[in-house]
Amino acid sequence: MLETMRQSTNPDICKAMLEAVHKKAEQFQINNGRLPVYMEVCGSHTMALARTGIKQALKDSVQFVSGPGCPVCVTAQESIDSMIGLAKDERTIICTFGDMMRVPGSTKTLLEEKASGKDIRVLYSPIEAISIAESNLDKEVIFLGIGFETTIPILAFLVQMAVEKQMTNFSIWMATKLVEPILRYLLEAAEVQLDGFILPGHVSIVLGESSYQYLPQEYGMSGVITGFEPAELLSGINKLLDLSLKKEAAIINDHPSIVTKQGNAVAQELMHRYFYNSNEAWRGIGNIPSSGMDLKPEYERFNAKTKYQVHTVTVKKTKCRCGEVIRGMISPEKCPLFAKACHPLHPIGPCMVSTEGSCSAYYHYMRESY
Amino acid sequence: MNKVISLAHGDGGELSHRLIRDLFVKNFGHYKEAMFDASYIQLPANNIAVTTDSFVVKPLFFPDCSIGKLAVAGTVNDLAVSGAKPLYLTCGFVIEEGFSVNDLEKIVSDMANEAKAAGISIIAGDTKVVEKGSCDGVYINTTGIGIIQRQNVIPNFKSGDAIILSGTLGDHGIAILTARGELGIHVPVASDCSSLNSMLEDAVQAAGDVRIMRDPTRGGLATTLVEIAEDFSLSLVICEKDIPVKEQVQGACDLLGFDPLYLANEGKAIIIVESEKKDAVLHALHMYPEGKDAVCIGKVVKTEQPSGQLYLETLLGTKRRINRLAGVMLPRIC
Amino acid sequence: MCVGVPARIIELYEYSALVDVMGAQTTVGIIFVPEVCIGDYVIVHAGQAMSVIDEEYAKESAEEWRKFSYARNNAAIDQS
Repeated sequence: MLETMRQSTNPDICKAMLEAVHKKAEQFQINNGRLPVYMEVCGSHTMALARTGIKQALKDSVQFVSGPGCPVCVTAQESIDSMIGLAKDERTIICTFGDMMRVPGSTKTLLEEKASGKDIRVLYSPIEAISIAESNLDKEVIFLGIGFETTIPILAFLVQMAVEKQMTNFSIWMATKLVEPILRYLLEAAEVQLDGFILPGHVSIVLGESSYQYLPQEYGMSGVITGFEPAELLSGINKLLDLSLKKEAAIINDHPSIVTKQGNAVAQELMHRYFYNSNEAWRGIGNIPSSGMDLKPEYERFNAKTKYQVHTVTVKKTKCRCGEVIRGMISPEKCPLFAKACHPLHPIGPCMVSTEGSCSAYYHYMRESY
Repeated sequence: MNKVISLAHGDGGELSHRLIRDLFVKNFGHYKEAMFDASYIQLPANNIAVTTDSFVVKPLFFPDCSIGKLAVAGTVNDLAVSGAKPLYLTCGFVIEEGFSVNDLEKIVSDMANEAKAAGISIIAGDTKVVEKGSCDGVYINTTGIGIIQRQNVIPNFKSGDAIILSGTLGDHGIAILTARGELGIHVPVASDCSSLNSMLEDAVQAAGDVRIMRDPTRGGLATTLVEIAEDFSLSLVICEKDIPVKEQVQGACDLLGFDPLYLANEGKAIIIVESEKKDAVLHALHMYPEGKDAVCIGKVVKTEQPSGQLYLETLLGTKRRINRLAGVMLPRIC
Repeated sequence: MCVGVPARIIELYEYSALVDVMGAQTTVGIIFVPEVCIGDYVIVHAGQAMSVIDEEYAKESAEEWRKFSYARNNAAIDQS
């Protein structure tokens, strides 16, 4: 099995696949008078395409557009500020994924709040929040629930544990997002011309291949589900080009070892048992109906939004253009703040500081010389 | 001796005297030196190298190593990569009230053993004891003194110079993380902490002279090479496929979202040398267990660059720029 | 949307498992993959195994990629 997995980084295989992509892209250009344009939806794909050098190798052959796949980046600033505001309550222990720590708030970041003494803990596994709550009964433990459909079932599992243990000092602040509504929004807004999607490799584990059929059926748009290693990415791009050249719209599961047709039934059941589709505010877009998930009314007692007073602050206005970056309208280096006022040590927007952020990917992996 | 260190051990009285005599002097063997307030030394050269370092590692004991061994090896290596022959070390201890004497003896004994292995003498020291909570167990500060017998680190870089790395990356960084036990992973890797002076002396002798040597400690290989590039106005490139990383270290990095290029190493050296001398240097390094995985990982591409840059050549053959780490490496998640 | 890591199951407990990634070991939850067996490879995300890797499909994919390099090598031979 390890030997099989190693093929995905074999330089000879990857170089051969790269050549095939170049040839097909050239044909596309001859047929259509322009480069093929594909959007990678998932932040991890943005990072992988940049880190492996695939984007650079294909810069004259394929135009890649980064999409709204970084959960922290697409969360509206008001939500970010509210979550950071939770730290003000002395009774609370805030548990969060690492990515939220350095996201700029209109006043402070969570990292700054932690440095000034607030109890904020970075967890790799959200389940740890349950044991923290059990060991700190005099405190209120809040988990900042950010993520797409890969993470949402895990948050649902958290609720299940809280229910079983009859916990009274635990809650989740739900700030989750769903993939289908944002893809529909992007296609309907038609701000960017696209020839296809590189579909998220791990969200698809939960959703399944069949969940993307609306793309070809309603929008005439293709999508290929791929993994994150160089050979997997190049294979997916090859298949997208095949579809583009045949002028066919279809969904291809190019990650069948991990993604099934129907997805993960346990995960889907858990999600829908505890959560319902809620309206969510997206950075740079505003409210999209039924684009996230929130706790069902019968589980209100675990909903941090009802338990705690939301401290609203005036959202700080900046020249940050993350809202346009996540919609694929501009490439990160086109933002006037990029690599000048905004860089990883001093981020103005989340895209520069998140491990999935487009600006961060560009800054770390795609600058030649600045 | 008492079981734990108390403030009385630091006040210069009977307990202090016994601690110094029965623990420090006994292990370091500097009976003569301890008779005076300073050590008298004669240096067989006019050009000397001096370095200072402080060690605050946590935990104090980790796979195959301790803060004591680290304090000696770290200081020795700073001298060795500067082209100096390390001779003497001083050490100052700041000890927290309540610290176990057994643990202190273990640390001091580790220092003595490492000093012996490296062929250096510990000739001066100091101990202070602070209130409980004022420091984390033990902090050690060192000063290292070495001599330069012949100027053999000559930074006249040329395009094509080879960048050699003496072994696998990230062993120390991951060993520390595992020992801390905070991240819920267990990785069977020991710290690579080791005094490299003999190995580097042989390597330099094999080459005649080298352009530069550095040890990639905090910040890892990437940070150290960025600094070299900036300090000497160079364009450097390293090849992803040539960088040696132990499998279990890579596995831990994959799990935690870390990049081995930025992890700390305490028993590795970077040597940049004229390309014709590359094989001789590698041969010399391979003679030592610490250097058995030594490999050429890249080269100097351009000199006299207005701003120095480090590039990584990916598996696909594309190049991307590598920067210093921005911010703390937090376990990646979304 | 984070990159998951392929990990081998070495010990199974009721709701969790000990997994190994090239020697690095950690414990993960297995509620999403109740069918998992020792020796299986799973994809891990945020401390949970989310999917069992189908080895047959993995081998097929690898074979598909290898075809690219065969084709390229054959083309090179043809040209020489």
